[in-house]
Order: sequence, then structure tokens, then C-alpha cells
Amino acid sequence: MRVSVQSDDFDLAAELRGFGRATNTGATVTFTGLVRDDTGQLDHMEIEHYPGMCETAIAKIAEDACARWSLTDCLVIHRYGALKVGEQIMMVATAGRHRVEAFEAAEFLMDYLKSRAPFWKKEVSKDGKSTDWVRAKNSDEDALKRW
Amino acid sequence: MITVVYFAWVRERIGVPREEIDTKAATVMDLVSELTARDPRYALAFSDLDSLRVALDQELSYFDAPLAGVGEVAFFPPMTGG
Repeated sequence: MRVSVQSDDFDLAAELRGFGRATNTGATVTFTGLVRDDTGQLDHMEIEHYPGMCETAIAKIAEDACARWSLTDCLVIHRYGALKVGEQIMMVATAGRHRVEAFEAAEFLMDYLKSRAPFWKKEVSKDGKSTDWVRAKNSDEDALKRW
Repeated sequence: MITVVYFAWVRERIGVPREEIDTKAATVMDLVSELTARDPRYALAFSDLDSLRVALDQELSYFDAPLAGVGEVAFFPPMTGG
């Protein structure tokens, strides 16, 4: 299991080299989150984080996932700082004995990272005039109930 | 003395990312009341507690939680990770 909170970009292929290579791994799942522009007006996102709490909170979520789905490996990378449209924000990778475990654990990680990892996103428009904090959705909190 | 840290729009409304507060507040709620009485910036930041979260020593907590033994209190909006 590995958790990294970083400003630098990551190379998905490099991160996955050697990931989940235990002989009892039958499936790996990866998810990558990107900066999306719905309106054509977004310049970048500023991602603020709570140093220390981020690492602890994510490690706890990843440990829970590892235990619940008997994962053979688990990786979470989450970036902070100013990220342009199209840039990678974060990734999770899970490795399990079967695909169901790997898929479910990846969804669990994503649901919990969204509402329980201390990051905040601010959208900055191309003209620099509009800066809006992304609001958490009720559906994000509801998503946790299924677990 | 207790360290108080703020994130996102809470930080913007209060105007500083962290500060040391000399307080005898027994609970988080007491601290919020103390700060709110101190300056309108805090009153603005703490005007809707339903839209705020609190962490004590970097663990999510509650507004009625006691502050005894706590070194760092953090106030922030609901998180938007992922």
C-alpha cells in the first residue's frame, strides 16, 4: 500500500509498473481524475490541502479498503496546487484476487476520498475574474451510505 | 494557547491561514462563540455552522467536542477531494 500527496504530476504507466504483482493478484483496477471544464471558461483549479491530515486520512481509508476487500496492493496519489484543465488530479489503483474486489475497493476509495480527504477545489476562470470554491454535493455524502 | 487553522473560504473570510489563540473555551462551540464575538470576520466565517466541518488534532470531530488536551483546531468547508 502506498499513499502520496504531492504537487508534482505523476506518470500513470510508471506508477503501475510493478504494482500488484503478488502471485495471488488476479485483477487490478485504476482510476484517474482529471481537471474538467464544463463551460469553456475554466483556466485552472487550485487545490488546497491540509498537510498531515491528508496523508493520515487517506492512509486510513486505504487501510480500510485493503482489509475489507483483502487487497493484494493499493495505491493512492492525490495532487495539490494549481492544475490546468486536462491535468491529472489524482489516481487510485487496487489489486485483488478477483475483479469484483478490485472494482468495489476502487469505488469505495473514490467515494471516501471525495468527502473525507481534506482537499478543497477552487475554480479560476480564464479572465481571472471568477473564482469559485467547488461545493460538496449531498450526493457525495449519500454515496458513503452504500458502504 | 491553541493553534487554530482555516482552509478554503473559511481562511479567505478570516484572512489568515493559522493563528495562536489564547482561550479557555471548553468546547469547539465555545471557541466559535468567543471568536465570533471578537471580530465580524469570524462572525461571517462562522455564520452557518451546517456548512462547516471541524477537525481536532487533524481528526474530524464535532462542534460539541471538548477542547481539553487539543493542540490544533481546524475549521473548513465540506471537503471536495477526488
